[in-house]
Amino acid sequence: MTKKRTGVFVCHCGNNIAATVDVARVAKEMSAEETVVYSQDYVYMCSDPGQNAVIQAIKDNQLDSVVVSCCSPSLHEKTFRDNATRAGISGFTCEIANIREQCAWVHKDRDVGTEKAIKISRSAVRRAGRNQSLEPIAVPVTRRVMVIGGGIAGIQASLDMANAGLEVLLVEKQATLGGHMLQLSETFPTLDCSQCILSPKMVEVSRHPKITVMTYCEVQEVSGSVGNFKAKILKKPTFVDPEKCKICDDCTQVCPVVVPNEYELGLTARRAIYIPYAQAIPASYTLDEDACLGLNPIRCGKCKDVCEAEAINYDMRPETVVEEVGAIVVATGFDLYGQENLGEYGYGKVEDVLDGLQFERLCSASGATSGHVLRPSDHKVPKDVVFIQCAGSRDPAQHCAYCSKICCMYTAKHASLYKHHVPDGRAYVFYIDIRSGGKGYEEFVQRTMEEDGAIYLRGRVSKLYRHNDKIKVLGTDTLTGQNVEIDADMVVLALAMQPSKGTADAAKVLKIGRDKDGFLAEAHPKLKPVESVTAGIFLAGAAQGPKDIPETVAQAGAAAAKVIALLSQATLSHAPTVARVRRSHCTGCEMCVTACPYHAIRLENGKAVVNEVLCEGCGSCTATCLRAAIEVKNATQMQVFEMIEACLA
Amino acid sequence: MSEEEQAYEPKIVAFLCKWCSSAGSDLAGVSRIQYPANATPITVPCSGSISPLYILSAFNKGADGVLLSGCHIGDCHYIEGNYLARRKIYLIKELLEMVGVEPDRFRMSWVSAAEGAKYAQVVKDFVADLKPLGPQNKLKADRT
Repeated sequence: MTKKRTGVFVCHCGNNIAATVDVARVAKEMSAEETVVYSQDYVYMCSDPGQNAVIQAIKDNQLDSVVVSCCSPSLHEKTFRDNATRAGISGFTCEIANIREQCAWVHKDRDVGTEKAIKISRSAVRRAGRNQSLEPIAVPVTRRVMVIGGGIAGIQASLDMANAGLEVLLVEKQATLGGHMLQLSETFPTLDCSQCILSPKMVEVSRHPKITVMTYCEVQEVSGSVGNFKAKILKKPTFVDPEKCKICDDCTQVCPVVVPNEYELGLTARRAIYIPYAQAIPASYTLDEDACLGLNPIRCGKCKDVCEAEAINYDMRPETVVEEVGAIVVATGFDLYGQENLGEYGYGKVEDVLDGLQFERLCSASGATSGHVLRPSDHKVPKDVVFIQCAGSRDPAQHCAYCSKICCMYTAKHASLYKHHVPDGRAYVFYIDIRSGGKGYEEFVQRTMEEDGAIYLRGRVSKLYRHNDKIKVLGTDTLTGQNVEIDADMVVLALAMQPSKGTADAAKVLKIGRDKDGFLAEAHPKLKPVESVTAGIFLAGAAQGPKDIPETVAQAGAAAAKVIALLSQATLSHAPTVARVRRSHCTGCEMCVTACPYHAIRLENGKAVVNEVLCEGCGSCTATCLRAAIEVKNATQMQVFEMIEACLA
Repeated sequence: MSEEEQAYEPKIVAFLCKWCSSAGSDLAGVSRIQYPANATPITVPCSGSISPLYILSAFNKGADGVLLSGCHIGDCHYIEGNYLARRKIYLIKELLEMVGVEPDRFRMSWVSAAEGAKYAQVVKDFVADLKPLGPQNKLKADRT
């Protein structure tokens, strides 16, 4: 092998690296390395002049490999690899030495930092010294998308992609599309009815020739990679044929089982056979297997007897289907932070303490009280209502550390709606700060205070308890410094938003990361807000972080645009850093065949052979092979040994 | 702790998987969490790609400790690579014991991309635990 001609480029990153690391010394030390023929340091390597300097150096010095000592490869590996390609050498000969996140930012001592930066850079130089010139592998693309979650985020993403001509599979766990937005009465700041703006979109989705809606389904397993995923989807039995069901409601009239209605958040009851809400999509009933007396005509069978359309079939069984898609959008949404976590607010002990979504149902014309604000315990009109913001949010000691973002606005909306329903009632809002950034948001809060006359108290509630037929709310008003005591008829908690259970499940199935609060992690907090770290998997809506409806719709559109761009390519390029077999060393023991999680290795004529399209380059085979007969290109055993040596020199 | 122990700085090679632990160490950086500089990171695709040979090689080249850090069990980007890594821990520990190297010089941790503080703590703890063991000479090729 002819000796490499490597160039080393050390970035100051302004002062981010240069403050702790003597960058000039790093560059000088690297020039002493055997393979290095050129080295320099520069203030911003990733800037246009910086990148041009690299190209110039490659051309002037006939470099065949490049090491850039800079920030994390997650930020600029692609930048510098593309840049190397522009200069006419393979991008895969370029290595990044992370001397910012893993060095300059975590050490203060300049000598210590410089020493470590030298080791990290030297390690990258040694690796680059054995890098092969590789070209990306072209793989075919499946021009279909799976969207997980049928709330507003999933609906919007599906419509945008389907309108661009992609075939979309919309998978929803519940029996109807709509998600939480369907439960809302009105939406801020315009107070337009949530269902009135959502229902047409739901209908559009269900009628779109390019969209297949799969409700009451769960994604169980996903394999493959960008362009070619395989998803195993469980179709739970509804025991009702949606084609035959005439939604006549005869079945619920005879069903003897009564259970809390999830859609109404337990404010009303439903039967074992039910339709989540009147305009559900698909328009069909669902038989809740867990609640039903037994799916057996001998035990009950009343619904089947009464169904003239003969839509009910007790013999339906769970079914698994495998679907091939090229990209996935995860839009699994949020849940409210469990009220049971907030004992000080009387959960389970004090009646008429509601959460935000329950209050939405009380205000909704389609809700339990047909849109009349009545308190659940005695159906009287509440005259004093206390709204508590930040219930579970912004409390790192006990609850969620983050701000749930939408609660200031929806509490203002609740107070405003309440005053419209009960003009002579009093609405009290306890808040820490008012965060009303958004178009028309601040004006809405001001209107709630000034025109609707909601009473805003800056402070927190310490305790509430039942006192006769009132709820005694004890709190402070920190602006006047006085303790406040309110005899309330009803209390509404603006509970924190947390990632839904479905979000946690999806993260597990898709192997995509979550942040410290459990929301899905984006690939870059600023520049890749809708991409997950896994290529081909995109994020939309509150599963990625607390969001209101406009933001969710915008993000869903952005995710759709990314998918459209991805799948508009005829072929995708697959990283060529895949496993390679050294045939002379291979004994055909099949250890690598067993170790490969992608079934990418098979035995042919007694030797291992790698399917490069299936191989993801994880290196599980390398670590298993006793004879070093299989290794990942550009991460070979020799390269790792040399990197180890460089770290310890 | 004796003065000698305090002055001694163990050399650590840290194999970090690209998807979780390396990203976790990036987060420690972004959060500016300070930790000892003893561990030099080598980012690898997956903790499952680490051959026991690499670990022995690190000791052979003078490492006082070797850290291997991957995704949490069940969260591996490559489906099951960290299970393969986990299986090897016991093998490596026994191997080290057999040749007379303290098994505690090898450590495995699970650090996700969201656990910057945890990565810093893992390094801090490992350095503190290695100090009383003193320099590793048993497998070192050059014992001068």
